[in-house]
Amino acid sequence: MIKRTYAEINEKIRAGKAVVVTAEEVISMVEERGIEETASHVDVVTTGTFGPMCSSGAFLNLGHPKPRMRMSKIYLNGVEAYAGIAAVDAYLGATQIPETDPANKSYPGHFSYGGGHVIEDLVAGKEVLLDASSYGTDCYPRKSYEKAVTLDDMPYAVLYNTRNAYQNYNVGVNLSERTLYTYMGILKPNLGNANYSTSGQLSPLLNDPCYRTLGLGTKIFLGGGVGYISWFGTQHSPEAPRGENGVPTSPAGTLAVIGDLKQMSRKWLRGVSLLGYGASLMVGLGIPIPILDEEILKYTAVADEDILVPVVDYSQSYPQGLGEVLERVSFAQLRSGRITLGDKTVPTASLSSYAGARQIAGTLKEWIQKGEFFLTEPVFTLPLTNEGVDYKRSVGGELL
Amino acid sequence: MREKMVLYFPESVVEHPLTYSLIKDFNLMVNILKANINPKMEGRIVAEISGDKDDFRAGLDFLHSRGVKTLPLEQEIIWVEERCTHCGACSVICPAGALVMERPAMLVHFDGEKCIICEHCITACPSRAMEVRY
Repeated sequence: MIKRTYAEINEKIRAGKAVVVTAEEVISMVEERGIEETASHVDVVTTGTFGPMCSSGAFLNLGHPKPRMRMSKIYLNGVEAYAGIAAVDAYLGATQIPETDPANKSYPGHFSYGGGHVIEDLVAGKEVLLDASSYGTDCYPRKSYEKAVTLDDMPYAVLYNTRNAYQNYNVGVNLSERTLYTYMGILKPNLGNANYSTSGQLSPLLNDPCYRTLGLGTKIFLGGGVGYISWFGTQHSPEAPRGENGVPTSPAGTLAVIGDLKQMSRKWLRGVSLLGYGASLMVGLGIPIPILDEEILKYTAVADEDILVPVVDYSQSYPQGLGEVLERVSFAQLRSGRITLGDKTVPTASLSSYAGARQIAGTLKEWIQKGEFFLTEPVFTLPLTNEGVDYKRSVGGELL
Repeated sequence: MREKMVLYFPESVVEHPLTYSLIKDFNLMVNILKANINPKMEGRIVAEISGDKDDFRAGLDFLHSRGVKTLPLEQEIIWVEERCTHCGACSVICPAGALVMERPAMLVHFDGEKCIICEHCITACPSRAMEVRY
C-alpha cells in the first residue's frame, strides 16, 4: 500500500524529484502499468478547466481621492460595482451589465460588455473609467469622482468567485421549434445541437470526486496566477447521484476560490458575451491532486468514457424546473463531436475550452516540477454530505 | 467565370423572380449564400454566380436594366485567433463547415474559403473572436 503525506510530496518538489503528470497523462500510465505501480511512481496529478463561470467577480479597493470619499455608487467603464461595503471598497460581478445595455429588449441581446470584460481589461493593464458618487459625510466629504484608473492604481484587488469548477454539468439541448439563447449557448431547434461545458477527464472535481484532497486552503492555479479554495461553492450538492467510480452523474460539487487579481493574466480571465443571455467571465482554474494513496490515484485515472453527463431540454425541463433528464451520455461521446439521442445524431459543441484546460494542467505541472509551486493540506475537505453543507457539522461531529 | 457578388434589389422589383431568369434565360449557376429583405422592403442577396463569360455579362446587364445594383463581395470574416479561446461553440453554429473543431487537438480551425459570410459566428462566439470587415 502506497502512503504519502503532503510534507513528503513537498519535500520531493523542493528536491526537484517529484513526479508530476497531468490528468490526461495518468490515464495511459494506469492502462500500461496498473494502479499500484503508477501510484508508487506518481506524486501529483494536475487538472484544469477553462470555461464561463458566472459566479465570479473581484473585490476592489479603489483608494481614497483627496478629499476622502465614501463611494456609494461605483461604475467602472459604465458597469456598476456593488458599493454597499466600506468607503472605497467594491465588488465587481462578472455578469453585471451597464444600465444603458438594452439587454433582451432587442432580442437576442448582444451583451457585448459587462463585469467580466472589465475584469479582463483590468488584468490586461488597460485603463478603465472609474465614476463614483456619494452623499457626503463629515469624514468623507467628497461627492463625486471621475478618473481613468488601472489595476496598478488600486491598492488591493482580489478575485473572489463564489461558484466555480462545477463537478459535472448539464448538456443543453432544445426540443422546441424555435432557437433558444441560453447560458449554455445557442441551442438550435429540434435537437439541432447539444452544448456542454466541462473538461471531463481533465476537470478538477471529476479527478477527486469524493473530495479526498480538496478543501479550504488548497492552493490552485487561478486566472493564470495562484489562488486558493476558500470554501465549498454555492449550490455545492455532494449528494447528487454517483456512479460506482464515485463520479457524480448530475451537477454536484462546486468551489469558492480566491486569489490576488494583480498576479493574474488576461489569457485566463476572459470576458465573454452569451447571445440572448448575458455577460460572464471565462476563468482558468487548475488543481494539483496529491497522490496520498492508491485510491486517490485511481480517481485521477478517470477517463472521458467513465464520465456520464445528463442531457437536459432547455425549452421546457430546465426553465420550468422539472428536473427531467432525457438521457445520460459519456463525455467521450460529447468530445467526439456527435451524440445519439433516440434515433437522431446531434452535433455537440463546448462552451469551455478543452485545449485551455490541457494547457492549464500542463502549466501547473511545470510550476510544480520547477519547484515554484507547493501543495497545501486543506483545513477541512469539502463536505461529502448535505449535513456538512448545512454547516451543522463536518464529518465526525466537529463543528466547522 | 465565377464571382461572389452582392445584389441589391429596390422595393419595386423585390418580389420579381429575377434569379429564375438568370438561371433559365442566361444559363447561369446561382448559389445563394445569404438573402434578406429589410423593413423598407429592399432586398439583398449574397450569391456566387458562375457561367460562360458572355452569359455572365448579359445576366448582369439584365439585372442592371431591372434596377438591381451589383457589387463584388468585398466583405470578409476574420478570425482573430488571439481572442479565440478554442471552446468550439461556433462549430455547431457555422452552417458552411468553415469553423470546425479539430480533433484530437481540440483546436478551432477557420477556413475562409468555405465561409459564406452569413455572419452567424459574429455574435455566437462568446469571446467575440470573429469580425466582419468590408
